Amino acid sequence: MTGLEAVILTIITASTPLLLAAIGELVVERSGVLNLGVEGMMVVGAVCGFATAYTTGSPYLGVLAGVLAGMGMALLFGFLTQSLATNQVASGLALTLLGLGLSGVIGESFTGLPGVKLQPLDIPVLSDIPFLGPILFGQDVLVYTSFALVFAVSYTMSRTRTGLVIRAVGDNHHSAHALGYNVIAVRYGCILFGGACAGLAGAYLSLAYTPQWVENMTSGRGWIALALVVFATWIARRVLIGAYLFGAVWIMGLYAQALGIGIPSQVLSSFPYLITILVLVLISRNRTLTKINTPACIGQTFVPDR
Amino acid sequence: MRLVLERRAERSKLMTWLSPLLAVGLTLVTGAVIFSLMGLDPARALYVYFLEPVLWWWSLEELVVKAAPLVLIGVGLAVCFRANVWNIGAEGQLTMGALFGSALPILWHEFQSFPVMVLMLALGALGGALYAAIPAFLRTRFGTNEILTSLMLVYVAQLIADWFIRGPWRDPAGFNFPKSVQFEGWQLLPTLGDGRIHLGAGLALVAVAVLYVVMSRTLKGFEVRVVGTAPRAGTFAGFSSKRMVWFCLLLSGGLAGLAGICEVAGPSGHLQPAISPGYGFTAIIVAFLGRLNPVGVLVAGVMLGISYLGGEAAQIDLGISDKTAQVFQGILLFFILACDTLILYRIRLLRPHTA
Repeated sequence: MTGLEAVILTIITASTPLLLAAIGELVVERSGVLNLGVEGMMVVGAVCGFATAYTTGSPYLGVLAGVLAGMGMALLFGFLTQSLATNQVASGLALTLLGLGLSGVIGESFTGLPGVKLQPLDIPVLSDIPFLGPILFGQDVLVYTSFALVFAVSYTMSRTRTGLVIRAVGDNHHSAHALGYNVIAVRYGCILFGGACAGLAGAYLSLAYTPQWVENMTSGRGWIALALVVFATWIARRVLIGAYLFGAVWIMGLYAQALGIGIPSQVLSSFPYLITILVLVLISRNRTLTKINTPACIGQTFVPDR
Repeated sequence: MRLVLERRAERSKLMTWLSPLLAVGLTLVTGAVIFSLMGLDPARALYVYFLEPVLWWWSLEELVVKAAPLVLIGVGLAVCFRANVWNIGAEGQLTMGALFGSALPILWHEFQSFPVMVLMLALGALGGALYAAIPAFLRTRFGTNEILTSLMLVYVAQLIADWFIRGPWRDPAGFNFPKSVQFEGWQLLPTLGDGRIHLGAGLALVAVAVLYVVMSRTLKGFEVRVVGTAPRAGTFAGFSSKRMVWFCLLLSGGLAGLAGICEVAGPSGHLQPAISPGYGFTAIIVAFLGRLNPVGVLVAGVMLGISYLGGEAAQIDLGISDKTAQVFQGILLFFILACDTLILYRIRLLRPHTA
């Protein structure tokens, strides 16, 4: 395996969880809901995925458990913000705090245990092609899923009626309601989709990225995913670019550490967070770009009158 | 059955006061259910968790030690959230305050007379405020969302602290342990008698009193409330929303920084990587449970302090993870938010129409 090949492979593994979580949150935000609980849903997905895979021995059941756990957490958020019309910012924070605590309790007995690794699919013949083979055809199922999701979301949002309804609900919930769309139901659906994606991202971390359970192993990735959605100005294909950019930054830090360049490891570890801030600043400086694409009703509560 | 919200004609005064009590009650019931699912006697578990911490003098002392930083940070955040400024990076500002304040005793260890304490506290507050100034600047200058920037800076602050404590500020005679030299003399906060309660508790009370007066009796307090509830009206009244962002972030950052240096110079007495057990995040819950009201925050800080102590007690007496405390805190915040719906709405359950 050449050096470049190894770098690209690790960048893919670092980018996939960010991509999965961000594409889910993009749909949520497009429907006008800001769910700051991505980190919480992700970490619960990670621990449930690990625990299930460890007990059953099947990484695929683990993935399923991660998805369901993420959706369960999202349902809680949905009930609060949609059925009880609570403040979305505060509810999202609550979800993250609860998720971090819950995952700590669930994961305590699983800390340090050997994990079950999600194996690459290794498509026969094709994955034997030198260089391109392992990169394009030797990935695990979640990497392919992440790409499929980007294209599916991109297509749905811009080309289908469903996407139009979601965007209508996110841009003007009063009009959408007046047209007869069930704003609350659409948002519930989007929130659950976001939870499933965050759970999937968590499961990827504990089953493929580093097959083990470490407390707080998401280490801010959920928050970076939120930043990615802003970076992508709510456009699905830009999430793909953003996620890979961040994945590359993350990996470059690790490589620099391994090479033993005279920079303290803490400086390198802080790179992803600093770059997130930098990118957010660059994007928000461009007022027109953000204004055009920001869902107009984002973060606002909606209570239908009868 | 369908759940429907019906807007009340005006905010329910009764529910404003009842909702936090209801939330605490519901959290206790949920706790009892969880404990019995875990195969524990719920009555005993709840007793260990929530009552034992307030029954003994030493644990009451410990409670004050835990509540002090929560209240200090919580009152600042309450003002922020009132004004719709979402500083969720208090944990990072706390860390920076701890670092700034510790610079004096670490770099100039012989300076142990009274002024050092005053300077340390001032530096602590300054550190927190400066660190909160970053999201304030980015928000006012570039319109960057302060939620994400303040949160990202938490990770950065913890890495900076880690570097200092493992690097230049490590105690040379400390057997390579990642901790600084032990503070001496006035580098340590004075305590009540020989106990554990330190000056930080007094500072927390002062902060509550001052902010209570500011919020209820001054123009600034009025400005905070107007900008928070009706930003457009605030603009017409000539209140600058940018100035408000600066005010809120500097205030809450300064208080978080103060809490940080009080933790180091109070209970621990030296700088170490684990400066706080997540006080900066728990203070978010404190602010909400306290109705974003300074006096309410005082009560809420004590209640969340109990949950920390209860977690420790439960680990020893019941053999369950002390991380359950964090779960309770999360559940509590959920119930507070849910119960707050009752202030603005009536909840009706409708049977589905058969027609």
